[in-house]
Amino acid sequence: MTALSEAGSAISHGGGRAIRRSPYPGWFFLPAALVYGILFLAPTLASLYFSLTRWTLFNSTFIGLDNFAQFFREPFLVQGLVNTVIYAVVTSGLKVVLGMLLALLLTSAVMARGYLRSVVFFPVLVSTVGVGITFTVLMHPTQGMINEALALLGVKGPGWLVDPKLALLSVALVDVWKGVGLATVIYIAGIVAIPKDYYEAARIDGATKWQNFLYVTLPLSRPATATVITLSFIGGLRTFDLIWAMTRGGPGFSSDTIASVIYKQYQAGFYGLSTAGNVVLFILIAILVVPLTMLLNRRQGHE
Amino acid sequence: MTKLSSRLIGLAAILVSAVVFLVPFIFIIITAFKDKQQAALLDFSWPNGFHLWSNLVEVVTTRNWMMVTAFINSTILTVASVTLLVIFAAMVGFVLARRKTRFNGLIEFLILAGLMIPPAVVPTIWLLQGIGLFGKLHGLILIEVAYGLPFSIILYRAFIATIPRELDEAAIIDGARPLDVFFRVILPLLWPVTVTNIVVQSVGVFNDFTNPLYYLPGNANATVQLTLYNFQSQFNTSYNLLFTNILLITIPPLLVFLFFNRHIVAGMTAGAVKG
Repeated sequence: MTALSEAGSAISHGGGRAIRRSPYPGWFFLPAALVYGILFLAPTLASLYFSLTRWTLFNSTFIGLDNFAQFFREPFLVQGLVNTVIYAVVTSGLKVVLGMLLALLLTSAVMARGYLRSVVFFPVLVSTVGVGITFTVLMHPTQGMINEALALLGVKGPGWLVDPKLALLSVALVDVWKGVGLATVIYIAGIVAIPKDYYEAARIDGATKWQNFLYVTLPLSRPATATVITLSFIGGLRTFDLIWAMTRGGPGFSSDTIASVIYKQYQAGFYGLSTAGNVVLFILIAILVVPLTMLLNRRQGHE
Repeated sequence: MTKLSSRLIGLAAILVSAVVFLVPFIFIIITAFKDKQQAALLDFSWPNGFHLWSNLVEVVTTRNWMMVTAFINSTILTVASVTLLVIFAAMVGFVLARRKTRFNGLIEFLILAGLMIPPAVVPTIWLLQGIGLFGKLHGLILIEVAYGLPFSIILYRAFIATIPRELDEAAIIDGARPLDVFFRVILPLLWPVTVTNIVVQSVGVFNDFTNPLYYLPGNANATVQLTLYNFQSQFNTSYNLLFTNILLITIPPLLVFLFFNRHIVAGMTAGAVKG
């Protein structure tokens, strides 16, 4: 057996140079590279140029940074930018906290664990537009079930989606409702992977439950935290379908995000401006996510 | 911790989860059973008659059976793009994990870029028009493949790294050519991660709203998510029909969930935490 595998590795080493004989042919990259290169990379690179033009899809006139200047001059476009960041921070923050709490509950010996896991995870799989429409109805200011239930408790519910101050946060809450199951599942995996020895050592040192959580579970589930934050933060910055299904960016422009602005400019036929919005979103993601992942991973290295 | 207090926490969790997570779904179901007048009240009452069947018939037959076309389109879209994704991503993951060249760094950078960079929609439309794929189902299939590749490749690469190289080598000694090694030795071994990939991507593609909205305009090509969007304006006083539609398009993900519940959770975490 050893002889065989040695002979085998000799062949694969020898064949590495001669492309024809390699068992790992380079052309295996080809189908994926073609689709990805033509339909993703090429348009992305083209967007860098077209964002600098006035564009009708047939003709483009180079206008320099005018689109970007316009983007930052229009108050509602800037508000879209601010909203995008707020939305991403709120949703990923809540998903981290609630996901962690739910995972702690669901890894303990709580009853009906299987049922609870299923019920928390199922919304992840349901259509975002369907969820959006359902909650638009549930959040109706006078007839909606949420406010009717609050009225029973003697609280006057707010106009979730019609109050400009609240609309964005209401959509963010629905996003958390839909996505917290994924965060929970990632945390469950992270927590289950922590070796039991740590808890035993902590028990011998007389640690309380709270100390257990603070000094063992929390630091050791950092990889899971990094994953949850990165995933939900990028998702939050790019969010479109839920906003579009629930408020269309309204009332006014109070819940517009960059992605909904991009769609509106596209619909209005401002293709250059729409593409500039794309580039702004891309830069925003690069500025926020790259340092964030580096920070999360560096801390992890020190542990 | 006494037994009683942990019981109480459990009961509270079941109660809260029922209110927060089950009530919206029950609301969808009971509204789909109501007639137009009762559904318009938007309340959480018992349906005063069984109207699900007539609602279903109306949703399915409206606008020239658009719902049927949409289900066919969505099915073709999902099956085709997920099939291509599985094969293409597994091929890349296989060679990427096995063969170290100076291009590996570049390839991995491109994969990460694909996870982060939002697709540039208008240039993509322009490009699709140029190659004659705009507004066509196979254009959208290729789009879904392009956007899904990075995540699938990462899943496969991580998994292939755990399969011993000796297997490939033994197969080669037995006279297998590269294609045989991949399709007859490696691909079957990838089944667990393939199941995860199929589940995650098919749910994602089936539920995708944004890409069909941009790249597949027009009623003839509607996908199920677009029917919901189109019906939203048309049915805006017929909540019974709107919720029947939601119920109808939730059935496929529900079936996926029932069959693959365990795989989804296991596979997603394997990919997510390692990645």
